[in-house]
Order: sequence, then structure tokens, then C-alpha cells
Amino acid sequence: MNPRYLGRRLATFLLTIFVASTLNFAITRLTPQDPIAALLGRMASRGRTVEDGGEIVARYRERLGLDAPLVQQYVSYLRNLLQGDLGYSLAFFPIKAEAVILRALPWTLGLLSVATLLAFVIGNLLGALAVWPRVPAGFRWLVYLSMPFSAIPYYLLALILVYLFALNWSLFPLGGSFTVGSDRGLNLETLADLLHHAALPVLSVVLAVIGFWALSMRGIMATVLGDDYLIYARARGLRSRRIFSHYAMRNAMLPQVTALAIDFGRLISGQVLVEIIFNYPGVGWVLYNALRAADFFVIQGVTLFMVFTVAVATLLLDLLYPLLDPRIRYQS
Amino acid sequence: MSNRLRAPFSPTMWLGLVLLGLVLVPGLFGQFFADPDQLRLMAGGISAPPNADHPLGTQNEGRDLLTYILKGMPNTLLIGLVGGGSAVLLGTVLGMLAGYVGGSLDALVRNTVDIGLTIPPLAILIMIAASFPVVTPLIMGLVIALTSWMHPTRVIRSQVLSLREREFVLLLRLSGASPLHIVFRELLPNLIPFLAATFVNAVATALLASIGLEVLGLGSFQTPTLGNLIYFAIIGNAMWLGLWWWWLPPIVIFIVLFMGLFFVSTALDTLANPRLEQG
Repeated sequence: MNPRYLGRRLATFLLTIFVASTLNFAITRLTPQDPIAALLGRMASRGRTVEDGGEIVARYRERLGLDAPLVQQYVSYLRNLLQGDLGYSLAFFPIKAEAVILRALPWTLGLLSVATLLAFVIGNLLGALAVWPRVPAGFRWLVYLSMPFSAIPYYLLALILVYLFALNWSLFPLGGSFTVGSDRGLNLETLADLLHHAALPVLSVVLAVIGFWALSMRGIMATVLGDDYLIYARARGLRSRRIFSHYAMRNAMLPQVTALAIDFGRLISGQVLVEIIFNYPGVGWVLYNALRAADFFVIQGVTLFMVFTVAVATLLLDLLYPLLDPRIRYQS
Repeated sequence: MSNRLRAPFSPTMWLGLVLLGLVLVPGLFGQFFADPDQLRLMAGGISAPPNADHPLGTQNEGRDLLTYILKGMPNTLLIGLVGGGSAVLLGTVLGMLAGYVGGSLDALVRNTVDIGLTIPPLAILIMIAASFPVVTPLIMGLVIALTSWMHPTRVIRSQVLSLREREFVLLLRLSGASPLHIVFRELLPNLIPFLAATFVNAVATALLASIGLEVLGLGSFQTPTLGNLIYFAIIGNAMWLGLWWWWLPPIVIFIVLFMGLFFVSTALDTLANPRLEQG
């Protein structure tokens, strides 16, 4: 691997993290109010009284060192970050913010990676078949119908799905990630229970994302269709299904796989709001509750975590992509 | 009528415009027919279903929901317009200058955009919205624009890069026209369909971001908006209590609005890139 490319890419990665953490620091310090007072004020404006408000403010001020000069605050903030120390969660004191986030992370990863993969497979198949010759017209309409769904925010779809499938028809649970009080052993019953709870959140994300994949796949497939190797494959008398899967799809997939990798990087920052609607105990739910409880370090921790995962995923993709596609060369 | 003039009004465009009109007309003019007194506590019964006095019923504090929606829609639309508009304005100026002037200015803009695009907007938005004591629709729009100008900048820059190599630009340069004149008086008109599509997408992005923030409880609670309405409906357990008239109308409005924006942007895209039509 070209060391210059590697070096430049690593530098961009570190710069991104640095810029984002600095922004994170600057935003909370340069606003007219100190962050704690602002958060508590917001809670009060909503009629939520805060017990021991004075003590919370005092503890925050001490931890943030709000009385120290700005430069000194910044240096200690960066030092804490480098040590992976995000501060204490006030709602779950004395648990640290990073522990609260890491505890929620598996739920988010499980839920959203399943949803992302499902949407990817279904969307790309629909998009590719939409332009494939001799596909029934009715099917083509199905694809067009799936596209406007991508324009609707997934959390709005989620609300409608909850109403229809959980409240009205009671087919799925209203929320949560498992039945409270179940034994949660390693057996099929637990798995079925988990899937049952994940079905609606997954469906709302899938419905909202299929259209994107279908739309872009349709465009790519339309250009692939005219390529010589497809004509050759047809001339050799290969079956249509084999041409579709082994020749057309395989070549059309590459840019889609790139986009999928980016999507995976955005897992934490993209669709986490769906967890709020379903009370799903992942990172989005943690964020929501932290915002409601003025749990400053958890809020800051989640946002920094979002930045970090996206930056890492982009870096990995940039480093791995040339290995996947030999046509791409490192630029020096 | 020539093909080029007829092209903007494709069936997709009409469909989008009709859907947008369904939201925009009541959204802009309905506020003048709304009675602010209906927003007071106990203006009607508590959680009353739709009736003759309150066509969309009331919420759990007895406020009239139709009035709330009519008063809230202008604010929601303002956030979308300010957010999308400023992002595209900033993106147009930066993208055009960077693309046309090139050199160190271009390098600076390009690198800033590259770094900015890897920072998830939600992360920055949450920190900003949580730090401001009061977030008016105008501030919310501007804050959203701050996190979403990078994409417009990138796409506009690449359009300018291809335009600047055309003969008419060379001719203008040889005849001594200033770079600013070339960029804003000669290149800009060529990009109008493209900018229109970018603008519609940016408005949708801004609306999406604002609803996301408001559903998280980061909106301004003093100002009625549709996103706040959804937040309060969630907080008030509207769905569990069967108060469909509370949570369903804002969602329906959003769905119509987003569909409208989607169809208009698809139609504009086809117009800006005629090659897409073959696909």
C-alpha cells in the first residue's frame, strides 16, 4: 500500500475527529449560557422540575471546570477524551457515560444492521428487476410505489406501524426489546421473542430505505444492460436468470456495496431515532433519555461516539476499497 | 411550445406541485383564519374527539388542535425554507467560486467539505440545540443550514468544473470579463434547473433534520410547529390513549409534504440531467 496515501488518509481521519471534538467543546462553551443552566432551563420550560438542581449544577461546574480559563478547560477536555473518559452519567451516577453507551450499543448494532442489510438486499433486487427485460409490468409498479416511501421520515412511518400493527391489530409488541420477565436463556424461544420485538422497528427502517437502493440500482442496471458482456452472455445462450445474477448484478453491485459500507458507518447517527418510538434500549433511546434528564456527559458522549463511528467507517472503506476494486489506484 | 419549455411540467412535476399545494396553501394562509384564543388552556374539553366546535379535536390540555396546526405550519415551513435556502445559498457561492477560481481557495473549500461531510449532522445539531436556551424557527433553520451546506457546495462545484471548460466561458475570459461577472452573470443562469433541484432537496433535508430534533424534544416549546406537536403527542401518550386526532394529522401533513418535495425534485432532476431520462 502506498505509504503516502495511507499517511494522508490517517491525517484526515485524525483531523476530522479533532475538528468534531473541538466543535463539540466550542458549541457548549460559546453559547450565551453555560450548558448545564441551558439544559436545566429547557427542562423547567417543559414543566419538569429538577430535584437538587443546585447540586447538579455544582457537580457539573466542578467536573467541567467551568471556572477555569477556557484554554485550560479545553486541554483537560481533550486529555479526558484521549483516555476514553467521557465523564459521569448524572442520571445513573456513579456509572460512567461510556458505560451507559456501551451497554446500549449491542441493541442498536443488532437492530440496525439487520434493518440495513434487509433493505439493501430487497431494495437492490427490486431496483435491478425494475429495468430487467420481460419483468411483469405489475412488478415494475411495485418498484415505483416503493420509491416515495424513501421520502417519508422513518420515525413517522414507525408511528403509523405501531398504531396499525401493535395497537390496532396487536400482532406485535408496543415496544421494548424483549418480554419483561422472560428467562432470556440461549434458546429458540428467546430468539423468537427478540425477533418479535425487533420486527416493527426493522420494518419501519426497511420501508424508508428500500426506495433509495431501488432508485440507484435502477440507474446503474440501466447502464449495465447495454454492455457488451451481457450481449455476449446472451449470445452464448445462458439462461436469463443466470445472466441476471452472475453477470449483470455482480457488476452493478460494486458502487452499491460502497454505499452500504457508508451506511454501516452511519448506523449510530442515522436511524437511532426509531428506538425512541419503540422504547428500544439502544443508543438513540439513551440519547433521548439523556436529553430529557439533562444528562450532559451522556449527550456529549453519544454525539462524540457518532462522529467516531462515522470517521472510522470512512477510513476503513477508503483503505479497503482499492483492494476490492483493482481499477482504483491510490493517487499520490 | 418547444420541448424545453414543456419539459418542466411533466406529470411527475404536476403530481408534486399538487401535493405541495395541498400543504402550502393552508400552511401559509390558514393562520389568518385561526383564532389564537383556541390555543389557550382549556379552550375546549380535555382530549375531545373531533366535533363541530373543534374540527380536529383537542389535546390533553384542552387546546384546539386545528388552530395549533394552522399556527404551527408557517413555522415548520419557515424552518425548511431558511434551512434549505441558506444551505443552498452558501453552497452556491462557495461551490461556484471554488470551482471557477480553483487553486488554494478550491483546496480549502474542498477539504472543509470533505471533513464536514464525515461529521454526522445530527451530532452537531444536538449539541447546538441543547446549548441554546431558546430555539426560534429562524435560529433552528440557520443552525440546520450550518450542518448541511457541504453537500450543495460539493455538487455545485463539480457542475461549475465542467461548465468552465465550455467555449463560451473561454470567449468571455478572452474578452476580459471579470471572474465574478463570469461566475454569477454567465455561469449561474446555466445552473438554474440544477440549483432548483438542489434547493428542493435541501428543504427536504432541513425539514427532516428539524423534525428529528423536535421529536427528540429539542425544539422551541413556546412556538407551535408540527414537529413539536408530534413530540407532545408522544409525551402525552396520545397513541396509547387512542387519541388519533392528536398524532395522526401532523404525520399525514408531513407525508404529503415530503411526497410533494420528492416528486418535484425527481422532475427537476430529470430536467437538470436530461440523460437520466434514458435510464
